[in-house]
Amino acid sequence: MSAAPAGSGRDGPALLQLERVTIYFGGLKAVAELDLEVGEGELVGLIGPNGAGKTTVFNLITGVYAPTAGRILFAGRPIQGMKPHRIAHVGITRTFQNSRLFGALCCRDNVCIASHQHARAGLVDAVLRTGRFARDEAAIQRRAGELLEVLGLSAWAEARASELPYGQQRRLEIARALAGEPRLLLLDEPAAGLNPLETEQLMRLIEEIRERFKLTLLLIEHDMRVVMGICRRIAVLDYGVKIAEGTPAEIRTDPKVIEAYLGEEVRADLGAGG
Amino acid sequence: MRRAAWTAGTVALLLALDLVLPGTLNPYHMQILMLCGINVMLAVSLNLINGFTGQFSIGHAGFMAIGGYGSAMFSLHVGRGWVAALAAGGVPAPIAQGAALLTALALGGLLAAGAGYLVGLPSLRLRGDYLAIVTLGFGEIIRVVIQNVDAVGGARGLPGIPGWADFFWVGLGVAGVLAVSRNLAHSTHGRALFAIREDEVAAEALGVNITAYKVLAFVIGAFFAGVAGGLFAHYLSYLNPNSFTFIKSIEVIAMVVLGGLGSVSGSVLAAVILTLLPEVLRPVKEYRMVIYSLMIIVLMITRPQGLLGTRELSLRRLLGRFRPARETA
Amino acid sequence: MSEFFQQLVNGVTWGSVYALIALGYTMVYGILRLINFAHGDVYMLGAFFAFFAARWLGVARSPTPAGALLVLLISMAGCGVVGYVIERFAYKPVRKSPRLSALITAIGVSLLLENGGILVFGPDPKFFPQVIPASNIPLGGGVTISNQQVIILLVSVALMLGLTFVVLHTRVGKAMRAVSHSHTAAALMGISVDRIITFTFVLGSTLAAAAGVLVALQNPKIEPLMGIMPGLKAFVAAVLGGIGNIPGAVVGGLVMGLAEVMVVAYLSPTYRDAIAFVLLIVILLVRPAGILGRYAAEKV
Repeated sequence: MSAAPAGSGRDGPALLQLERVTIYFGGLKAVAELDLEVGEGELVGLIGPNGAGKTTVFNLITGVYAPTAGRILFAGRPIQGMKPHRIAHVGITRTFQNSRLFGALCCRDNVCIASHQHARAGLVDAVLRTGRFARDEAAIQRRAGELLEVLGLSAWAEARASELPYGQQRRLEIARALAGEPRLLLLDEPAAGLNPLETEQLMRLIEEIRERFKLTLLLIEHDMRVVMGICRRIAVLDYGVKIAEGTPAEIRTDPKVIEAYLGEEVRADLGAGG
Repeated sequence: MRRAAWTAGTVALLLALDLVLPGTLNPYHMQILMLCGINVMLAVSLNLINGFTGQFSIGHAGFMAIGGYGSAMFSLHVGRGWVAALAAGGVPAPIAQGAALLTALALGGLLAAGAGYLVGLPSLRLRGDYLAIVTLGFGEIIRVVIQNVDAVGGARGLPGIPGWADFFWVGLGVAGVLAVSRNLAHSTHGRALFAIREDEVAAEALGVNITAYKVLAFVIGAFFAGVAGGLFAHYLSYLNPNSFTFIKSIEVIAMVVLGGLGSVSGSVLAAVILTLLPEVLRPVKEYRMVIYSLMIIVLMITRPQGLLGTRELSLRRLLGRFRPARETA
Repeated sequence: MSEFFQQLVNGVTWGSVYALIALGYTMVYGILRLINFAHGDVYMLGAFFAFFAARWLGVARSPTPAGALLVLLISMAGCGVVGYVIERFAYKPVRKSPRLSALITAIGVSLLLENGGILVFGPDPKFFPQVIPASNIPLGGGVTISNQQVIILLVSVALMLGLTFVVLHTRVGKAMRAVSHSHTAAALMGISVDRIITFTFVLGSTLAAAAGVLVALQNPKIEPLMGIMPGLKAFVAAVLGGIGNIPGAVVGGLVMGLAEVMVVAYLSPTYRDAIAFVLLIVILLVRPAGILGRYAAEKV
């Protein structure tokens, strides 16, 4: 268990804890004895070169994979090996590196689906259109409308998700993840493919939703502007191993990090710069 | 209130048509109409599985067979007795028969739903094309079993089923399937099914229990196929295992695909078209199947989304096309 | 006991026929992830092409081993062409479509071949001429094997060895294996994916044709719908062995043949067709990857 560096900015008790989490794919050790903690209300970044295992970590947290060894605790409760939909119920939702929107459905429906777990009306209610169903449905639609508004997507509510411009698609993914009313939101490269202006907007958006919905956020990103700009704490992965953890300032100058990204010679040249 | 009005209105309409139609249409056209209705039920119920949820089910005839034979056996051994007893008690025949038929259909549907559950379970672990083969195998096994069980008539068929199903009952069945499909589609459960079709991984990550919903789709789809089978049995008064071969399953799939996977109105349209087509092609009967198969191939190559894709036929949109263009601000 | 060994002989013979057909399914699935429903009908066409070839060459009237061989080769060539045509005109356009669309196209092609066959050949069964006069060879212990069964076994084994050689020791075979792993990677290596796919189809079709001819030798009654059941059973055999896996198809075929023969002999002939589906459901529930197969998971 690595000691958190001084001034790590951790606000409260750890919401998410990864303890010596390991996973093998055949002979490949994709994630090796990873220890990671994310406190309630924190905005933590997870960075590392391509293939470092970052998305694998997300997949482990969200139940797509079960770890070969180690534990994952959410609010003190072990969740490793739970099925993905149960983990969503527990309060963890995510976006995907490659947009996984429901293309043929309209944006509104995309968001409504995530409210699924909070619906109280059963199947019979739906088929018979009882009052309970009507109330449920109204609540779901209202929440979807609110989220689309917050994410600036109201104009596209009825449009098919597959018809949206790329930037709006990324926002829709976030809106969708929010509809699940998570405590912990995992964002997988939300800035991928965005131009500088859109990236600025995204950064502000992330701050806003964190504030508004009282979220804890774990973020995978390659765009250093975003990472250094909004993350309070950063963990660095390389070949499945955590090689550094700290504030943006600490990470920027950490020689191990520089070496992992840019290679040994560059580290020697750079000295203390970055 | 609206719901009650819709229900009452539909029932009234069906009753009215039931009284009027046999007089105005000749028996041949009547039969085609009834078959249309049954095929619509089959297509829409299959659409729930293949279209809404994106699963590969190609053994739908098996569910129809179970429903048909199950309800027929009930009527032959129990239902008839009920009707006789009720009639002796002074209950008018249509009501007694209706009650017996409803029970028979419910039973057939439930048996089929049970089969749907069993067939849907493997979908937990199997990829698309594998599931297709399991469903195909299931359909064939049902047919072979029926052919070899003498109690249900075996290969000779099951005659003498009381002919209680008339236009009213078939119409009611169609209305039922359509209502359930539509209400399901515009509900959180329907959305869950669509989500599974679009992207299972994302759906699961957002809290949808994909295995439960896949099985649910099978159960509901199978139920209505069973009811359709029951109506079929009680209309023709005769059942033969050769009505439930793989070819029948393919015909239903063709309807769903032609209409557009996911579109309820598409399935209705296509079911009607494909029920009428053999009649229209009767003069070139020998070429019928060849034309059919060519149609399937050409359709898949040129317009795989079918007539309506995943959209529904909407009166509003249709009328909108004919309205003159309006100035937009 | 000799009864058992007799059934064993029959089972292995049938098994090799199923194996020949199953190889076509498995190869096509391996490179295209497509279940070629029409494959069983290619088997049927093999028998019919041989029938007409035998008539045309006069082999029917004066049977000779050379004539029989020629008939076999003509039939295989003819079905190779059929395989090419099917792939080029029906499957290639739907290669990028969702799997359900491709599956339905395959079903359409199958129906077309069957009903086209009924139209062209007529629905009544034809009788394949006896190009090899039947005789029984005793194996000892009350077990006999017919010379037709011997021919079936020899030809099947020869073809399977030939296929193994092609797949393992030729450049084309290596290309086939590459394409079955990844189209993109193979294309980047300079392999013409289209050509390899076509080649695979043609190869599979020739094997199915051979199976059709071999069966017609032993069971001379041929009709346009004769491919449905063997096609389905061979597919089950391919799944049994591990679909996409070539040795698996052989293993699956043998298991299928033995199972069917044993069920007919010791249980009841009426369940002959059902056993295939029962086997299918069992293997898919217990070990979906098949006896020799490996299940590939999706990357999230």
